[in-house]
Amino acid sequence: MKDSELKNIAKEIRIDVLKMLNTAKSGHTAGAMGLADIFAVLYFDIMNHNPLQPDWLARDFLILSNGHVCPVMYATLSLANYFEKDKLFDLRKINSMLQGHPSKNISIGIENSSGSLGQGISYAVGLAASLKRDKKKNKVFTIVGDGELQEGECWEAFLFAAKEQLDNLYVIVDRNFIQIDGNTEDVSSLEKLSKKMASFNFKTIEFDGNNISQIRHAIKESFKIKGRPICLIANTIAGKGVSFMENDFNWHGKAPDDNELKIALNELCLDENGK
Amino acid sequence: MKMENKNNNNKNNNDSFGEIRKGFSDGLMYSSGKNENIVVLCADLTKSIKADEFAKTYPKRFFEMGISEQNMLMAACGMTSNDKIPFALSYAAFNPGRNWDQLRNGACYSKLNVKIIGGHAGLTTGPDGATHQMLEDIAITRVIPNLVVVVPCDEEETKKATIAISEIKKPCYLRLSREKSINITSKDSFFEIGKANVIDGGNDITIIACGICVGFAINARKILLSDHGISAEVINMHTIKPLDENTILESVKKTGLVITIEEHQINGGMGSAVCEFLSDKYPVKIKRLGMNDSFGESGNGYELLEKYGISTDKIVEAVLEMIKK
Repeated sequence: MKDSELKNIAKEIRIDVLKMLNTAKSGHTAGAMGLADIFAVLYFDIMNHNPLQPDWLARDFLILSNGHVCPVMYATLSLANYFEKDKLFDLRKINSMLQGHPSKNISIGIENSSGSLGQGISYAVGLAASLKRDKKKNKVFTIVGDGELQEGECWEAFLFAAKEQLDNLYVIVDRNFIQIDGNTEDVSSLEKLSKKMASFNFKTIEFDGNNISQIRHAIKESFKIKGRPICLIANTIAGKGVSFMENDFNWHGKAPDDNELKIALNELCLDENGK
Repeated sequence: MKMENKNNNNKNNNDSFGEIRKGFSDGLMYSSGKNENIVVLCADLTKSIKADEFAKTYPKRFFEMGISEQNMLMAACGMTSNDKIPFALSYAAFNPGRNWDQLRNGACYSKLNVKIIGGHAGLTTGPDGATHQMLEDIAITRVIPNLVVVVPCDEEETKKATIAISEIKKPCYLRLSREKSINITSKDSFFEIGKANVIDGGNDITIIACGICVGFAINARKILLSDHGISAEVINMHTIKPLDENTILESVKKTGLVITIEEHQINGGMGSAVCEFLSDKYPVKIKRLGMNDSFGESGNGYELLEKYGISTDKIVEAVLEMIKK
């Protein structure tokens, strides 16, 4: 797929994220918007998966660890034909399969429940270790928030991943520097993150997580690495695509109201020249 | 084997003793031979929980996780996506004591086919002291939806319980004691998860026990019958969840009095589960025996049980008091 096509998919994902959060009247906007480009590349260019057979044994796995960004995953899965788009607007409502934080449901492409931070990464290392022992070719991608790395369990998981030399594990860190109480470096500093991960024997690759061609290049390059786990540090902009949301931690756990939605959709639909 | 009775009523001269841990190892080896999807994860306690034979026999199915119980349990959950049946092993104080959130949100919410093995549970962990004497695990596991909670009473039953949990596709917690325990069941004894066993019938009072306390209940029954002419019915409540309500009800309708005993806090344990059920369906007088809202301390396991009132004598005393009233 061309970069321009993936860019358009990312735009569609962002539009759906904003609309579904507006309908739900609550949820996490900033992280979901920041990850749209990565989800577009993973589901429409990188991963082996089959919406017609979600439990296909040869599929690659996406284990979402920072479950609160799930609107971006739901929007992506819907675009990839795992379920009808109108279901998106049941998000966070009673009797919906789209819970406020993901509830495992393989039939619609949700591999794991998540919401309690730090757990998805452990789920991913366990799965990757088990697949590797069985000499299976499936890849395991896991997306973790940067604030999430303050959970000790993540570092337990990293020790294990290195010990088992999990070169089928791709840890994508959503490095947007925001968390509920403020900037990650003020709350509980993570820098130098790349050095920390390298010291845990990960091969680290850092790139612009909102640049389609850089994302694609970084992930494809990482496939060449053997004998150690891979950490892809994606520098993203929280709230990407909407000026008044970008880099503002107040948008971590807030949904746009009708007026904010209108302004945001207008911005998103302008082309690069502002037209 | 026989053990000497040294002024300790929890050990009767006629009792023979076995090892619950060995029962676990035997069950694990049996099931693993039959089902190659069984894998074992252990947090640096492989020999202590007797998974060493598995590790030696099936090195490719064994994962040494290091001292990281949270990661261990979630990694086990992840392996279910590769169709494995993971057994996650550590001491009960840490598994599920330390990783309860992973048990709730990871294993149980998604109904994953994960087996949580909590070794060295209860006061009889002994000399290691209060930090390692898990007395709250039944309370914190039985409240979680979808989870099966099993507390076997002796070596043979532990083997059967281990095989049984490997065959049901649900998250299961298996509670194991470290101390030698009185042999009660045999190869031919009936065992089914969720079906309590009435070990000895009686009409005057129902004694419901689990784990190593089942042996104390049986010994108390003998004393009550020979010395006081009281006929007690002893129920081995090896499954705490799902609770076998029918067996409880049937017995209690006959006796009208209940004593529960467990190597666990009286708050929230098996006795509480029995109380919750009976207060809804058939209120009767109940006395709960167990740890009375305190921490343990270092000491010999059986001495500690005596000191903290988890004993054959205590059952006899409580029965006499209830019947007198």
